[in-house]
Amino acid sequence: MALSGMRGLSVFISDVRNCQNKEQERLRVDKELGNIRTKFKNEKGLSPYEKKKYVWKMLYIYMLGYDVDFGHMETVSLISAPKYPEKQVGYIVTSCLLNENHDFLRLAINTVRNDIVGRNETFQCLALTMIGNIGGREFAESLAPDVQRLLMSSSCRPLVRKKAALCLLRLYRKNPDVVNVDGWSDQMAQLLDERDLGVLTSAMSLLVALVSNNHDAYWSCIPKCTRILERLARNQDVPQEYTYYGIPSPWLQVKTMRALQYFPAIEDPNTRRSLFEVLQRILMGTDVVKNVNKNNASHAVLFEALALVMHLDAEKEMMSQCVALLGKFIAVREPNIRYLGLENMARMLMVTDMQDIIKRHQAQIITSLKDPDISIRRRALDLLYGMCDVSNAKDIVEELLQYLSTSDFAMREELSLKVAILAEKFAPDLSWYVDVILQLIDKAGDFVSDDIWFRVVQFVTNNEDLQPYAALKAKEYLDKPAIHETMVKVSAYLLGEFGHLLARRPGCSAKELFSLIHDKLPTVSPPAISILLSSYAKILMHTQPPDPELQNQIWAVFRKYESCIDAEIQQRAIEYLALSRKGAALMDILAEMPKFPERQSSLIKKAEDAETDTAEKSAIKLRAQQQTSNALVVTDQQPLNGTSPVGPLSIVKVPSMSSDMDAGDHGLTQSNGSLSEMGQHATTPDLLGDLLGPVAIEAPPSASVQSEQNFVSDQEVSSSVVDVLALAPAEELTSAVQPIGNIAERFQNLCLKDSGVLYEDPYIQIGIKAEWRMHHGRLILFLGNKNTSPLVSVLALILSPAHLKMELSLVPEIIPPRAQVQCPLEVVNIRPSRDVAVLDFSYKFATSLVNVKLRLPAVLNKFLQPASVSMEEFFNQWRSLSGPPLKLQEVVRGVRPMTLLEMANLFTNYRLTVLPGLDPNPNNLAACTTFCSESTRAMLCLVRIETDPADRSQLRMTIASGDPMLTFELKEFIKELLVAILMTSPAPAPTPPPATELAIPAAASTDPGAMLAGLL
Amino acid sequence: MAIRFVLMVNKQGQTRLAQYYEYLTLEERRALEGEIVRKCLARTEQQCSFVEHRNYKIVYRRYASLFFLVGVDNDENELAILEFIHLLVETMDRHFGNVCELDIMFHLEKAHFMLEEMVMNGCIVETSKSNILAPIQLIDKAP
Repeated sequence: MALSGMRGLSVFISDVRNCQNKEQERLRVDKELGNIRTKFKNEKGLSPYEKKKYVWKMLYIYMLGYDVDFGHMETVSLISAPKYPEKQVGYIVTSCLLNENHDFLRLAINTVRNDIVGRNETFQCLALTMIGNIGGREFAESLAPDVQRLLMSSSCRPLVRKKAALCLLRLYRKNPDVVNVDGWSDQMAQLLDERDLGVLTSAMSLLVALVSNNHDAYWSCIPKCTRILERLARNQDVPQEYTYYGIPSPWLQVKTMRALQYFPAIEDPNTRRSLFEVLQRILMGTDVVKNVNKNNASHAVLFEALALVMHLDAEKEMMSQCVALLGKFIAVREPNIRYLGLENMARMLMVTDMQDIIKRHQAQIITSLKDPDISIRRRALDLLYGMCDVSNAKDIVEELLQYLSTSDFAMREELSLKVAILAEKFAPDLSWYVDVILQLIDKAGDFVSDDIWFRVVQFVTNNEDLQPYAALKAKEYLDKPAIHETMVKVSAYLLGEFGHLLARRPGCSAKELFSLIHDKLPTVSPPAISILLSSYAKILMHTQPPDPELQNQIWAVFRKYESCIDAEIQQRAIEYLALSRKGAALMDILAEMPKFPERQSSLIKKAEDAETDTAEKSAIKLRAQQQTSNALVVTDQQPLNGTSPVGPLSIVKVPSMSSDMDAGDHGLTQSNGSLSEMGQHATTPDLLGDLLGPVAIEAPPSASVQSEQNFVSDQEVSSSVVDVLALAPAEELTSAVQPIGNIAERFQNLCLKDSGVLYEDPYIQIGIKAEWRMHHGRLILFLGNKNTSPLVSVLALILSPAHLKMELSLVPEIIPPRAQVQCPLEVVNIRPSRDVAVLDFSYKFATSLVNVKLRLPAVLNKFLQPASVSMEEFFNQWRSLSGPPLKLQEVVRGVRPMTLLEMANLFTNYRLTVLPGLDPNPNNLAACTTFCSESTRAMLCLVRIETDPADRSQLRMTIASGDPMLTFELKEFIKELLVAILMTSPAPAPTPPPATELAIPAAASTDPGAMLAGLL
Repeated sequence: MAIRFVLMVNKQGQTRLAQYYEYLTLEERRALEGEIVRKCLARTEQQCSFVEHRNYKIVYRRYASLFFLVGVDNDENELAILEFIHLLVETMDRHFGNVCELDIMFHLEKAHFMLEEMVMNGCIVETSKSNILAPIQLIDKAP
């Protein structure tokens, strides 16, 4: 049992092992610590061997859970020992005992650097490993370039390079500002050509870290990753040492597929085909085998492949294979596979259109909810929670309630919250909601937070139809002999408020209700007593004509608590007694509570907060975030102040109007008629150049331009007021609904992004998720009702311009309370045009009719695809397209000032590929893109911008393509980008005074800003 | 997607090896080890190899009297880690020949060396057994 010569260490370990109890162990450890301390004090006499021995003892003691607060110096000093065994111990123990902020580490920087730049590769490995584990800022500052060099060096052996890769990963993660990875995409791609699988394994981790931060720069790595996967999947040139139970490094396969999940899509058709072939092979070729290890390893690869297919969400065929596989997995007996099946199925919920298929497995999933293994039960719960919607809420919630009585305590709180949220989100009718929450309180009162019962009270107060039902239910629960205190609270509250609605029923007279509630009083705590006293006061008020006997009973109770030690109870008792003697005055003061304003459910907010608490960015989480942005999210966002938001009366540029003089050529920059943007227009007079001719360009950005613009929109506003008046009775106008957030800004954002919120007001949220492929597009409209009552007369019409073929699937006329409806919208682009499609959307809520016209982000740049051409191709094409109408040139003035870099970014955002270095003049910029439409097919477009560094407000641009209309439209489109004011500017420009006067009466009639401010 | 810690614990709950890839104070380690050991050791053979704990996921495997517990991020590929544990055990087997708890206990430094060759900064760095063991043989040869 002797340990390579370190006898003292073995003896110590045996001693500790032979200790009978913790106390003996502590004594032995203390003795040893004293011993080591003494030895270190006379350090001069210690040989490197002895030092090594003591340092290991320290690590052993530390591992046992004892504090070791000395000897760090000695440990670090071993790093500079000349011999390998001592040096190795120094490095390893240092990285176990110290953290990156430890002062002693600084002492070692020089030695570490010498080891890294030195010739001894075993020393290099040790140093890289330690920095890789605990290296902090100072190491990054002084060593990052050396580490980068080692990683890329062709003279280094793989054993050094693999460590350099992970060392760099640490330095980059910890100090992204110090380690510059800007030009790293080429090196990374080069690194992936490596044959050695050890280096590749490390390099792939590095790639994952880099792409999770910014995938844009690493497109060139996609084909390389695909090739690595092909090599592994076909088992080509994989050394035996890297084959695990016949499977070529499953870990590298998993990591590579993970890296690919950080790219939003895989554009290149060849790479796509190869990748899908590999994935297909994995999906089809993974069989269950007898050997456990082989089985696990192959399934590790399979599950990662499933995740990648789900992420790419591309091939319908493969997606259904995935669902079929997962369906099989969640039914097997092997617990690991079942667990992972459930986990991955929950991830699959993120993919659109999959919910229905997953719902077929509901029964099977519910079985797992009763599994003896808590890990599996948790997964099942998560999945059921995720897959719940209006259609299956009743079944799922019932199952969860049933499970609540038998579930372990560790899960009850989470379970209760989930039940409450689901019941609220997806209640098919509100009486069901009340039933569920009361059952929940009955079964798991200890785990039901106040939020939950407050919420049910809000619902009942706001829905008159529900009140008698809720009161009756409350009475039924109070009839039970022993109920939870929360149940007493909620029942007493409900009966106090609404008990009088039951008056005609047997056993529900005021007196009977009072004694029913009063029976519970001795069993409850002071906060509940306060609520009971309020109920009594309410019951008393509702008893008309007064019943002297009841009055005496209740007064007696009040009198009893007049001297209560609890100040809250005492105050209530005194006040209620005084008030109830006033007779009629009582009626006003204790009248029914007014309706609660609609607000975000604190429960749902709680759940959302909980989901966003972890910092690590993962591919799945990123995806989930995109997803929730479409889901029904009720925000706390304040509406912009009264003058600026786009009113309900806003006018939108409808395509048919595009030839009108005032709509002019502004296309994208034409606002949604919002007042806030008129101020912005006024600041860019050149925008009106086309409209006002040369005179306006000469003129300063003056009032004349402003008033012109205001004049136009004033007209628009007033005409639309008339429109609404014609449609609706006058009092409906008073309840006009104000949108939340800036519609134009939202639209502008959606022109760049593929998912987000298109429109939101206090009642509805309209989200969009879009996918674009060549000249086809698929938008999904998410219509989310934010309320507890249904939205009716929902009507959605698409006004599509001539160049787009659009088909909206059926939109239901009613959106149930708190439900979300998804409506796919198919788009086909026929020919180039900048006209914009409009969604004419209306609904009714209570007495207000809301109608909005919203521009849809099916704009020209969505049909662009970044292209990359060589210099030669570019010039050939450029020369062959000579002159108008295929090549158009224009001098643009009034360009908003931006650097060339900003312009390049702007182009990239709009899917134009900037080709750096193509134009020899550094003040110029060349770009290209592919435009897709039915008439043009995929057509290459070339762009050249020549700027004048002395005057950034003007430039010359030249656009060329094989289609005259495309050239023209693209030219105008780019012009608009360059002259437009960014819609994302934080504060809306001040509204010009004349507009304000007109706008306020329309907007301020209900002033939701004030309403919202009141409730927040 | 990373490994946060690797623990080897015997069935009495005594830690035989602990390697963390993020800094935790001694108190935090003690608490964490206590909680997860209690959770994992109570599980039966028929239950799955994954346990969720705080914001970690524990992937564990039992070999005779010794438990190998690996804490990973929630988005880690669980089965890949499960087999990585087995790879670690096979590597120790190759070096010690039928590794047992006492080997790890009395050759703590070698167990550390091996793990260090396999995992760095929470990422898998090497999976070839001969590459992993090469530097250790270097020590055995050293004077």
